[in-house]
Amino acid sequence: MLALADFLIVGAILFCLSVAGIFINRKNIIVLLMCVELMLLAVNLNFVAFSHFNQDISGQVFVFFILTVAAAESAIGLAILVVLFRNRSSINVDDISAMRG
Amino acid sequence: MKELCLAIVLAPLAGAIAAGLFGRVLGRSLTHWVTILGVGAAFVMSCMVFNDIVINGMAAQNFTLYQWLQSGGVDFKVGFLIDPLTVTMMVVVTFVSWMVHIYTIGYMHDDPGYQRFFSYISLFTFAMLMLVMSNNFLQLFFGWEAVGLVSYLLIGFWFKRDTAIYANLKAFLVNRVGDFGFLLGIAAVLMYFGSLDYAEVFAKAPTLADATINVWGSQQWSLMTFTCLCLFVGAMGKSAQVPLHVWLPDSMEGPTPISALIHAATMVTAGIFMVSRMSPLFELSTTALSVVMLIGATTAFFMGLLGLVQNDIKRVVAYSTLSQLGYMTVALGASAYAAAIFHLFTHAFFKALLFLAAGSVIIGMHHDQDMRNMGGLRRHMPITWLTCLIGSLALIGFPGTAGFFSKDIIIEAVKASTTPGAGIAYWACLIGVFITALYSFRLVFLVFHGKERMDHHTREHLHESPAVVWVPLVALAGPSLAAGVLGAGSMVFGDYFGTAIAVAADHDVIGGLASHWHGVIPFITHGMLQPPFFLAMSGVVVAWFLYLKRPEIPGRIAAAFAPLHALLLDKYGFDRFNDWFFAGGARRTGSGLWRWGDVAVIDGGMVNGSARLVGWLSGVMRQVQSGYLYHYAFAMILGLLALLGVFVHHLFV
Repeated sequence: MLALADFLIVGAILFCLSVAGIFINRKNIIVLLMCVELMLLAVNLNFVAFSHFNQDISGQVFVFFILTVAAAESAIGLAILVVLFRNRSSINVDDISAMRG
Repeated sequence: MKELCLAIVLAPLAGAIAAGLFGRVLGRSLTHWVTILGVGAAFVMSCMVFNDIVINGMAAQNFTLYQWLQSGGVDFKVGFLIDPLTVTMMVVVTFVSWMVHIYTIGYMHDDPGYQRFFSYISLFTFAMLMLVMSNNFLQLFFGWEAVGLVSYLLIGFWFKRDTAIYANLKAFLVNRVGDFGFLLGIAAVLMYFGSLDYAEVFAKAPTLADATINVWGSQQWSLMTFTCLCLFVGAMGKSAQVPLHVWLPDSMEGPTPISALIHAATMVTAGIFMVSRMSPLFELSTTALSVVMLIGATTAFFMGLLGLVQNDIKRVVAYSTLSQLGYMTVALGASAYAAAIFHLFTHAFFKALLFLAAGSVIIGMHHDQDMRNMGGLRRHMPITWLTCLIGSLALIGFPGTAGFFSKDIIIEAVKASTTPGAGIAYWACLIGVFITALYSFRLVFLVFHGKERMDHHTREHLHESPAVVWVPLVALAGPSLAAGVLGAGSMVFGDYFGTAIAVAADHDVIGGLASHWHGVIPFITHGMLQPPFFLAMSGVVVAWFLYLKRPEIPGRIAAAFAPLHALLLDKYGFDRFNDWFFAGGARRTGSGLWRWGDVAVIDGGMVNGSARLVGWLSGVMRQVQSGYLYHYAFAMILGLLALLGVFVHHLFV
């Protein structure tokens, strides 16, 4: 039988992977977006695990909301990405530093 | 009486306003008529008051005209105190002013500022009358400042001349120093007497004779000495006593009628008048009297010496004024107030006469004031010569003239005085007599006798000045001769001043001299056996020998005593010292404050410094704003970790 800790460990690993992906990735914004999604999924996994082990359904309801919002967000993110690519012909992360002080 | 006094004051003021504001409408001749009538009316009315008070022996009048304001139990009022001292000053001021008004018609004939000039001198007459007629310190101070203001305006009358502007600024600043002391003195009076009214203050003075004042640290100073010295600092400024005398020779930049009226006859004697007026206070402090006497003696002697080396005709007379003011101050220090006022009275006539005569010479010489270019004017300007000679004789104290009586009484009074310093003052005055005679007759001989040294063009145009110029000369020559004979007995030795002047019993030198007074003729015969007479005569003879008989000798003497001569030409270095120390020091302090305080600290440090600090800080901060997403994300993670750390820390501790 899998324990709660196992799920949490998997979630933590996924979260750390996504954080590392954000830091280490310098090439592709799509990877960045994927990492953000992965981060959300890691959190979702925690929600589901807690929900199951605490016998509380509201955690899983939250997951649905988060998935919906994440989907919308990636849609908007990809749309922005397309516009960005049209303008700059690049999706290289290092090239995007317009917020530089 | 009240209305009469008010009219005396307001008549010149009305003239001044008419000439000042409507001078252009009135035109030249109406302007001088208006002001001359105003001052003439003031003179006639002053004579009427003089008749009431002095001749008919009416009691002193003290009344308040107007209460200006009341604050903290102190009344600030405008009022008049009419007693023999006041009426004497009123008559002198209005008479000399009147003569100067008439003379001005001739002297300022071609000047574009004709109306302005008349307005100023009438305003001066008003201010001076307010000063002498006041019955309280506040009005005295008002008059004091007002005459100072008019003096400033008139020294700089020819405001396009740099030297005139320099001189009037100098006069104003030096007088500020004196006025500061004067104001402190008035403040001390107000603080300890609780009143500014003469009568109240003088009545209370004896009860405060031993009071002390804490001025600096824990030292206790005598209140009377402190107050009197502060008041005397004011008198030093106005009456040009060493070391505040430096403005008076420079004030000769003003038109000559002004030099006669303000800087010889009336305004500069305000200090003498003020100290006499304050005699109930000064009598309570021997220390103050001693200081007054020593300052006066220094001025009388050293300023006279300077008159010997000047070549500008007006400056010679100016230094002689300084010296004579010194004599008056010495008399004040010897508690011989009556003698000081008497000398003031006679001096007003003969010094105004000398100045106006000098002005007449200047008109004749086409505004050349250098005595080295004159000579032999006696033949061209006989009236000027005669009146100038009378003035000079009065100045040196030739027996029978006005100056003889007043100066001899002062010297006798100083000799009899027991105030510390009287010995030095006596010798200074005595030698001063010789110097006075020397420089006075140097002037007379250089200007009116000897070879004609002017250029051909000037000589051809030399002629006696018009009647408006020589009539005042003659009118002033009369009192210069007769004022002594008429005034000496009654004014000094009689009970002329009554209660207007207070003298302590142990200072009463005039009382001592009065017992030897047996009338005018014995005084003259006695005076002719005294050292001052011989000194004066030897001064005249030396002047004759040096400047007429052997004119080459003065140059040789100057060469032989070159350092001394240079010192005199340098005016003892007062001007140089003031320029370097006070004027230069103030400029250096100012530029230092500007450079270090303003530019470095405020501009550099506070204004630009704070801006630079913000700029530098933001420069550092913007390094963080790289614009890369992963940097921001990293910062977020770091923040998250930190918060988590804190949270966990709280959980387990």
